[in-house]
Amino acid sequence: MTEPNRPRWRFRQPSVIPGFGLTFGYALTCLCLIVLLPLAALVWRASGLGLSGIVDVARDPRVASALRLSFGVSLAAALTASVFGFLVAWVLTRYRFPGRRIVDAAVDLPFALPTAVAGIALASLYAPTGLVGAQLARVGIQAAYTPLGIFIAMVFIGLPFAVRTVQPLIAEIDKEVEEASATLGASRRATLVKVVLPPLIPAVLTGFALAFARGVGEYGSIIFIAGNLPYVSEIAPLLIVIKLSEYDYAGAAAIATIMLGISFLTLLAINLIQAWSRRRFGYV
Amino acid sequence: MSESALTLGGPRPAARPRSATGESRAVRWTLIAVAVVFLALFLVLPLLTIFVQAFSKGFETYLATFREPDAVAAVKLTLTVAAIAVPFNLVFGIAAAWAIAKFEFPGKSLLVTLIDLPFSVSPVVSGLIYVLIFGSQGVFGSFFIDQGLQIIFALPGIVLATIFVTFPFVARELIPLMQEQGNAEEEAALTLGASGLHAFLTVTLPNIRWGLLYSVLLCNARAMGEFGAVSVVSGHIRGLTNTIPLHVEILYNEYNFVAAFAVASLLAGLALVTLLIKSVLEWRYAGELAAGGRH
Repeated sequence: MTEPNRPRWRFRQPSVIPGFGLTFGYALTCLCLIVLLPLAALVWRASGLGLSGIVDVARDPRVASALRLSFGVSLAAALTASVFGFLVAWVLTRYRFPGRRIVDAAVDLPFALPTAVAGIALASLYAPTGLVGAQLARVGIQAAYTPLGIFIAMVFIGLPFAVRTVQPLIAEIDKEVEEASATLGASRRATLVKVVLPPLIPAVLTGFALAFARGVGEYGSIIFIAGNLPYVSEIAPLLIVIKLSEYDYAGAAAIATIMLGISFLTLLAINLIQAWSRRRFGYV
Repeated sequence: MSESALTLGGPRPAARPRSATGESRAVRWTLIAVAVVFLALFLVLPLLTIFVQAFSKGFETYLATFREPDAVAAVKLTLTVAAIAVPFNLVFGIAAAWAIAKFEFPGKSLLVTLIDLPFSVSPVVSGLIYVLIFGSQGVFGSFFIDQGLQIIFALPGIVLATIFVTFPFVARELIPLMQEQGNAEEEAALTLGASGLHAFLTVTLPNIRWGLLYSVLLCNARAMGEFGAVSVVSGHIRGLTNTIPLHVEILYNEYNFVAAFAVASLLAGLALVTLLIKSVLEWRYAGELAAGGRH
């Protein structure tokens, strides 16, 4: 006995628009072949080592020092990029000044400039003989070939993420809320701290996480300025390249898996921040 | 209005009363100055350095760099790679956006997340995964090498790595854009008897044209400039598997700084043109681009 009129379960909702099978199938095939299978191959390769094998690779003093450097400097750089990124986003959306559009366009420069090009430019600027490096050397600071150089490169590439995630939200702030706060007698500072800033926190955190993730994985803009001294200024992505050139595929896969794990955690954190933001403020 | 009427003819007020929802003039200009100086030092100065160094030995030396056969080979290789990778991602992006934006099905947000995945993978790891598959010790490595097909340290590997790193560009612009635009216009076209392809070509395509141009522009800039992923799969064979960014690296490491910056200025010029067109599109056609989430 069959029930009449009971809707059959369908994978997709019915629609008059054609082409679902073709486009969905093609997109999914591309995704699997280009992205998912190769990433699975990496995890499979690393799983050959077992968890203890991966931990052993991570414990190797040179690898451990590279991972510490990559994550530590990237955190510091993401923090700096977030602070200045917020300032830049605020200035660009709230104030009108000559050349604002050019400044706005310039923020995307690190996205558009190939990393190797940015890398050699930063290296030559901050080298002891360079334009900025020479000034820093006068006060006894060496930027190039030290972790400070890595920090500078990471701030450079992280900045657009910090600006662009906060900027649209600052633009959307309802002026009336600020006016209400001011009318009720709050000082400008109190209005900023208690009314304007709290709804922006999720976006600032998202920008921070994006800048952090980009910094950890970044290669091209860092290797020229870093000097790449083992235990001092050797970043984790470079170590993968070195392991590969030594045909240590398993070692390279292990470091890559650790970095992939961290990117997944960062992505997860971003999603949690956005879910929290949606509950708390009603938007992402 | 009333304020200006009151002050008209009377003595000018010493200072305009401060707006309750803005910062004082001094604070405002200090913040603007800090932001502009910071950006000038951190972003514009490196850009200027490239051009200053490139022309430091004169225009003739600059031009001579591009007469080197290795440089010519690098430019040709980069153009070839972009000519394959960008159309591939264009077709993928349109297909993915059509399936995701025009239809409702479970697991959609997972699919969008997976498409975005390459953006959160380190460039070096993006190259490594293909070496692990197609390299001599790789999963399928010996199979392809037995067939006489070199993938790693050759054009196919470079193309694959480039497609991977630029994979999300077109899709992530078109998906929100087509979702915003909805299905009504296509449904009207279909009801009036248009075929699916005809509806796509005459209704959808004109609606998404600026978004399409925008995303292809960014995809192309990244494809031509990618360094980390390509460096892992290329093998750095001069005149054969060196793209422009890899050629820059080799020249720089040989202390041939002027030539390195001259070749780099080519990519910096591409970046500037990309930024310029991107900004023009954002100013003029903001309504026809997906809002927010620009990367």
